[in-house]
Amino acid sequence: MAESVITDALRALIGVDTDERVAEVTTTGCRLFARAVGHTDLVYYDEGAARARGYRSVIAPPGYLGTPIYAPGAADTPAVPGPPNSPYPRILNGGTTYEYFDTLVAGDVVTSRRRITGFQEREGSIGPMLLTTSETTFTRQDGTVVAKMYATAINY
Amino acid sequence: MADQIYFEDVHEGLELPALIKTPAPADLVMFAGAVGDFAPVSYDLPYAHEVGLDNIVIQGGLKTAYLGQLLHDWMGPQGVIRRLGCQYRGMDYPNRPLTCRGVVTRTYESDGQALVDLEVWTENAEGFRTSPGSATVALPRRG
Repeated sequence: MAESVITDALRALIGVDTDERVAEVTTTGCRLFARAVGHTDLVYYDEGAARARGYRSVIAPPGYLGTPIYAPGAADTPAVPGPPNSPYPRILNGGTTYEYFDTLVAGDVVTSRRRITGFQEREGSIGPMLLTTSETTFTRQDGTVVAKMYATAINY
Repeated sequence: MADQIYFEDVHEGLELPALIKTPAPADLVMFAGAVGDFAPVSYDLPYAHEVGLDNIVIQGGLKTAYLGQLLHDWMGPQGVIRRLGCQYRGMDYPNRPLTCRGVVTRTYESDGQALVDLEVWTENAEGFRTSPGSATVALPRRG
């Protein structure tokens, strides 16, 4: 059996909070995301329609957890959170699951923190693979955890 | 958008109305901008060719969001998504129909909430499930 690519250095990353990011849920962001998806419900576009349903402003469509705040030189948010110094160069998004505890509304600011929850090695049709599972917690400005995301990154 | 669905209307095996998406490349660009993920494989065709793909590919997050629309449009305004997830088993491309489907697998109560579990997925023109997944939603009760 070949030597494991899951080194002590990788194993040491499990359970450590990392990659803190701040994202803004904005009216423009909600509309742009909703338009990209093709939503037709005005609750994602029109503040009057949202207020009529009891919301402070337009609401975030499913899957939208804000637009990361950008500053020159900052790295973009990776859609596929893999490990640093992966033994395999290529990466695929294996899947994501969102768990929601509250509805995000334009004006909210969300801080996300990611922690790696485990590594697995597999032999697939594309060769040897390293699976990285992670859990990202999204906390609103009032301290409420509004969502969690469970993701699997596949390096091969 | 459909009328409101109530918990009492739902039973195991119930199929959701299919939602067919045929995204344009512009939709992928809008999605990239909204989430701040500018991986070129979803808008730069020469780059996609360079890495051995025939076409630009739909972001996984956009496919999950399609499944979110499937649920939202079916439930009506008072339905709430509690959990939604899928695996990405195959690439999908713009300008081709991608069908989102769902079927109810369980109805139950928990902590006073009326909950529904579903199997959800996206299906390409060949009928292959490119994003198999599952969801839990909370529905209002009648009366």
